[in-house]
Amino acid sequence: MNRVLFTGILFLSLGGCAVTPSDAQIEAQALQTMKGSFKERGQAKLDRLDQDETQKVCSIGKISTESAARIEKLNTATLRYPADGRLMGDWREGEKIAQSGVGKQFSDDPKRPAGGNCYACHQLSKQEISYGTIGPSLYHYGKTRGASEATQRYTYAKVYNPQAFTACSNMPRFSHNGVLTEEQLRHVVALLLDPDSPVNQ
Amino acid sequence: MAIDARAAAFLLAAVLALDARAQGSALDEIAKYREALAAGNPAELWEARGEELWKKKRGPSNASLESCDLGKGPGVVKGAYAWLPRYFADAGRVMDLETRLAHCMVTLQGFSAAEATRRPFGSGSSRSDFESLAAWITAESKGVKMDVPMGHPKEQEAYRVGEKIFHFRGGPHDFACATCHGENGKRIRLQDLPNLTERADAQRGYTTWPAYRVSQGELRTFQWRLNDCFRQQRFPELVFGSEASIALTSFLARNAQDGVYAGPAIKR
Repeated sequence: MNRVLFTGILFLSLGGCAVTPSDAQIEAQALQTMKGSFKERGQAKLDRLDQDETQKVCSIGKISTESAARIEKLNTATLRYPADGRLMGDWREGEKIAQSGVGKQFSDDPKRPAGGNCYACHQLSKQEISYGTIGPSLYHYGKTRGASEATQRYTYAKVYNPQAFTACSNMPRFSHNGVLTEEQLRHVVALLLDPDSPVNQ
Repeated sequence: MAIDARAAAFLLAAVLALDARAQGSALDEIAKYREALAAGNPAELWEARGEELWKKKRGPSNASLESCDLGKGPGVVKGAYAWLPRYFADAGRVMDLETRLAHCMVTLQGFSAAEATRRPFGSGSSRSDFESLAAWITAESKGVKMDVPMGHPKEQEAYRVGEKIFHFRGGPHDFACATCHGENGKRIRLQDLPNLTERADAQRGYTTWPAYRVSQGELRTFQWRLNDCFRQQRFPELVFGSEASIALTSFLARNAQDGVYAGPAIKR
């Protein structure tokens, strides 16, 4: 009797049919599946599938408070401010960057500068009614905050790497990941903070 | 084509409405534009060519696809798409419509795998057989409830792997599918984004692919939809019929369970 039972258990565990893969096993399988399912094209090489620590943690779904604090600390350490201390550029250039969605796609010319595509997710100015809602409205962003040195630094850092403040934010880490240059980032800060910018009218 | 002129007129109306700076009415205009488009769908041209291709003797074996088993037995096309992806014992894996078609082109018609998948997406005069075949086969599921099987362990595995891939963040923008399709009521610019983790949105989204894309003048399949999403995610190119594409399709199709299939649709 015992022997029959034992044989039965042995059969089930060896056969594997009755065993549901664990979440960790599915996770590992998904990573392996990803690696085998893409091919490089244009500027988009396969190393784009190599996740850094932040991307890995943020692929899981809800994360713990401790985990979030660790991600924010990790990303705060990446922040770099301009050596000359200048944080505000030209809001007109910032508006162009906010409108442009090109950059980094395999179909894009890598020689052209990338845009920030801010309007895809945020309301910014009153004139542009074609805006998305994945992020909060930034209309009157500077009007309500002013443009002090501290606000400039915060705004610069927030676009440089939003995950220094909010772990697993949906927003791209624009300068940390090399999408926007230092000069472009200054223009975006000006779009948000300059009193003459349409954002603050 | 008449439809293009009419579409352009409505698009212009929508743009003028945008100028009026009234966002509510702009969104209404876009809804009207979509309605007007549905009145005459050029997808029918692809459907007609697809039916012809299905019945035509082709390839080194000079055979048609008429005995291809899409899951409900050889040659059964009616409702087949609403039951895909599924596990196929003869291939030992889960397949979506396009991979199953490629499989039949190899096993029945004698094409090499490379020949069969040479042109997954069409452009202008160089048409894709997959887009035509998919148009016809999916049209034969119009009105059928989505019923994607989950009885086989491989089907369950594909769904779970697909779910993980849906949440996989990577690339220079840190995007995952979930970044745009994981919350209710969001938009990119003025484009509504379905939350593909929720049944009602997943049903609306999944059951309207393939679709004729007015902006491209092409009929596009679900494999194309995934390929182009990953392009915008700034990922490398998704391989046609790859394991990730099938797993993701399993996840999305199953999330649309019980939705009434309504493709091929027409989209902007």
